[in-house]
Amino acid sequence: MLSEYFSAVDFLVLKPVILLTLFGVGVMLTDLLLEERHRYLSAVTALVGLGFAGVQMWMIQSQMRQAEVNELEAFRGAVRLDHFGIFFFWIFLISSAIAILLAIRYLEIEQEHHGEYYALILFATVGMILLAIGTDLITLFVSLELMVISVYILTGFLRRDRRSNEAALKYLLLGAFSTGILAYGMSLLYGLSNSTNLEEIAFAISQRPAGDPVVLLAVITVATGLFFKVGAVPFHQWLPDAYEGAPTSITAFMSVGPKAAAFAFLLRMFMLPLGPAREQWLPLLIGVAVATMTLGNLAAVSQSNVKRLLAYSAISHVGYILLGLVSGNDTGLKGIAIYLLVYAFMNMGAFAVVVAMRRRDLIGDEIDDMAGLMYKSPTAAVLMMIFLLSLAGIPPTAGFLGKYFIFLSLIESQHFTLAVIAVLYVAVALYYYFRIVAVMFMREPVDWELPTLAPGIRIALGVTAAMTLIIGLYPEPFIQIVSRTVLP
Amino acid sequence: MWFSNHILSVVLFLPLAGAILLMFLPKESKDLIRWTANVAGFAGFLVSLPLVFWFDSANGEFQFVEKASWIPSIGANYALGIDGISLLLVMLTTVLGFLAILSSWTAIEERVKEYYVFMLVLQAGMLGVFMSLDFFLFYVFWEVMLVPMYFLIGIWGGPRKLYAAIKFFLYTLVGSVLMLLGILTLYFWNHGQTGQYSFDIVTLSNMTNLPANYQIWIFLAFFVGFAIKVPMFPFHTWLPDAHVEAPTAGSVILAGVLLKMGTYGFVRFSLPMLPEAARDPRIVSFMVTLSIIGIIYGALVSLMQTDWKKLVAYSSVSHLGFCTLGIFALNPNGLSGSIIQQINHGISTGGLFLIVGLIYERRHTREIAQFSGLSTVMPVYATLFMIMAMSSLGLPTLNGFIGEFVILQGAYEENWVWAAFGAAGIVLGACYLLWLYQRTMFGTIDNPKNKDLKDLSFREVMTLVPLVIWAFWIGLYPKPFFTVLEKPVQKIVQRVRPDYYAARGVPAPAPRAGLNAPGNPAQTRGQ
Repeated sequence: MLSEYFSAVDFLVLKPVILLTLFGVGVMLTDLLLEERHRYLSAVTALVGLGFAGVQMWMIQSQMRQAEVNELEAFRGAVRLDHFGIFFFWIFLISSAIAILLAIRYLEIEQEHHGEYYALILFATVGMILLAIGTDLITLFVSLELMVISVYILTGFLRRDRRSNEAALKYLLLGAFSTGILAYGMSLLYGLSNSTNLEEIAFAISQRPAGDPVVLLAVITVATGLFFKVGAVPFHQWLPDAYEGAPTSITAFMSVGPKAAAFAFLLRMFMLPLGPAREQWLPLLIGVAVATMTLGNLAAVSQSNVKRLLAYSAISHVGYILLGLVSGNDTGLKGIAIYLLVYAFMNMGAFAVVVAMRRRDLIGDEIDDMAGLMYKSPTAAVLMMIFLLSLAGIPPTAGFLGKYFIFLSLIESQHFTLAVIAVLYVAVALYYYFRIVAVMFMREPVDWELPTLAPGIRIALGVTAAMTLIIGLYPEPFIQIVSRTVLP
Repeated sequence: MWFSNHILSVVLFLPLAGAILLMFLPKESKDLIRWTANVAGFAGFLVSLPLVFWFDSANGEFQFVEKASWIPSIGANYALGIDGISLLLVMLTTVLGFLAILSSWTAIEERVKEYYVFMLVLQAGMLGVFMSLDFFLFYVFWEVMLVPMYFLIGIWGGPRKLYAAIKFFLYTLVGSVLMLLGILTLYFWNHGQTGQYSFDIVTLSNMTNLPANYQIWIFLAFFVGFAIKVPMFPFHTWLPDAHVEAPTAGSVILAGVLLKMGTYGFVRFSLPMLPEAARDPRIVSFMVTLSIIGIIYGALVSLMQTDWKKLVAYSSVSHLGFCTLGIFALNPNGLSGSIIQQINHGISTGGLFLIVGLIYERRHTREIAQFSGLSTVMPVYATLFMIMAMSSLGLPTLNGFIGEFVILQGAYEENWVWAAFGAAGIVLGACYLLWLYQRTMFGTIDNPKNKDLKDLSFREVMTLVPLVIWAFWIGLYPKPFFTVLEKPVQKIVQRVRPDYYAARGVPAPAPRAGLNAPGNPAQTRGQ
């Protein structure tokens, strides 16, 4: 019976996702049975779930290698597991794992340690994975909703904290609004092509006359929705508030996992269905990218809160990543992939240090709270410096590599002016990142003790720092991986 | 032998190894840290000595070459090698690096461990810049070295240290990211021509048929990067701040070595990689004008200073103006004079900063008006100061004279007006240095605080003696230095002005594989 509708490949492709869902439900159930002090077991369960999903994906990959297939299509073309999707899968897995590691002690201090946190992260991960491998408008839309709704709840997870509530509400309202616009754009795409399959839509659009107003309208609405999700200017207003208000571990998560997922979605949309209309969206994209870099970088300069500063810097990074799409060649797409990969490590690392600063009587997210960190915890200070250097794009850290490919792609596609603007903002970025460094290294410490780092935070810091340096110093294997992650 | 095959790597990584070792020492045992750092610095100098003896100056190619694949997919290699130009700068770095560390013994009391770690990392970064034969690797070192310098100024600097540190960092960074775009454009062009991704400096220096308008744009991108570093006239404003606020050793390194990276960049990259742009009359007159403005302006501003250290800082602008003037005379005399003058500047300005540092450590002020008649209480100090000042102002028998003379010779060959301005700069240089010397050393001691100043200790003398010896060596017997430079300079001149040697009836240097592209008509005439 079932086999009429489903094939073995369908199950194979979905196995990691099914596992994650089961573990998510499992965490919610077992959490009821756990005492307060055993709550960390929920985190462990969630990590085990991620581990299983990872092993499963590893097995799928090796099967694909043996069979020498580059992609698996499932559910009659609604889902396509290719190198692009697999690459993003690993970014999601890493960011979810680190978000869980960071949360254990943090949520205890916030007195909001509930298993739902871990379950929601797993659900969000499911949404992200499907978003990266989906090739059908309905699949994509549903996975997008699964992801963002989980993140809305996580943003407001500190239910007694006003900032967190406000952030969640703002994020929810603006997010719903943007989803509406996106849905409208998708309906136009459907109307143009009579199909929800991305490739069929692409074909239908390529048949339309150049400068067709309906195509233009579809491009604008879909792009608006997508720009909202990645936080590009002028659709970025939700981002700083959401980042500042959310629990720091979730800020770290949001800035990496869901953002990478939104980018995977955006790339698929722009390369496949909207690909034939490239000439129509290119000027729009250039404008958005430049505005995003400009606003992100200039607004970050005057922030006094580390989370807010990193939020604005996150906006500026979106601008850089969009530049890769502007050039649209192989190097550019490679650059986007590398950028998202290194961004996952360096940004989560920076947030991990902010999480480590949290104590019962100190929120620790003001720049001034970091004064004299070098005296108290040289390790934390030096690691933070490495993350910030990497975010600014100074070699030999990983961040330089991402920027390197983006700049090179701009040169290759003859966008010299854009390249000059992009490199000059590196100096602006360095200025605000080094405000934090200056406070950490050159100010006298205020009299508080840094709590000993929790094991979860230690692991997270160790992994992110190691990867930031390894990718920076020996990037060859990572470039190889990314080179295989060809076009979506 | 392993050592002789990897000597450059050893020289490069020894300071880094020292820095890593320091990180594991307890921060309370300051003397242990000082000894370790000094030993590491001295060892760094010792291992670099064989370079001098093993270097074959008859060979114009890069020597001690090491090459290992690093990032094959983008064509970046770990490639090191030196020619005569880099040899001199590497030696300058190892000598000044050690002296800077030695001079910090009593000057640095706070956060000693971090200080020496940053010094040694900085040392490795600078050496890497001069040794790299791969543009990607070069860029990595070029940027890496900003970080320790930022901290050296920012933590151990004077009252406005934070401002000076970030200003230094941002200025240099703006220049270097624009330079990165230039590098990427060259790289991309080379790929389009040969189908191969390569950052190899030798390959890129032999590229032919890069269109002239591309060359000009890339030249300008490089120019911003290097001119800020030198610093050339309108880009010099970071320098006085950085120098005045930096601790003594920081200033020594900054003036002695860091500024040379800019001039080195012009010589190593701008000229051979972009020959048409470099000989473009507009570019040449632009560069020479900025150099001359730098020479005169730097000297005049020095004359006006009331702060001892700021005076020396501005004199750097003037002296580096000579170096760039020499480079853009684009003839063998100008170029080799410029490189000699870069070494000279490292010796004499490095020495002068040490001199200022010694008095600052004693009196905690650098106001020139606070001092007079110091020669009566500190005769040794006064003598050493005299030698360094004379070396800086270009007295014959000392090094400065040789460099400036040869540069002026080169400049005169092209245009006597350039030489005339240069000579005026030398006169002004004599003015501000002699006046400084007169005001501080001669006369009677008016200020009671200066009455009991102690003369130099043995360690302090030893920080200056090597520089004095080197100054006399170049002043009295500069031949070895010019011999070392001869081949690489010929190579550059031949590349930038293929008809230079032919027009003067001088036999051109023997063609080498790769350098002279076959079918270059100017080249054939040259032989």
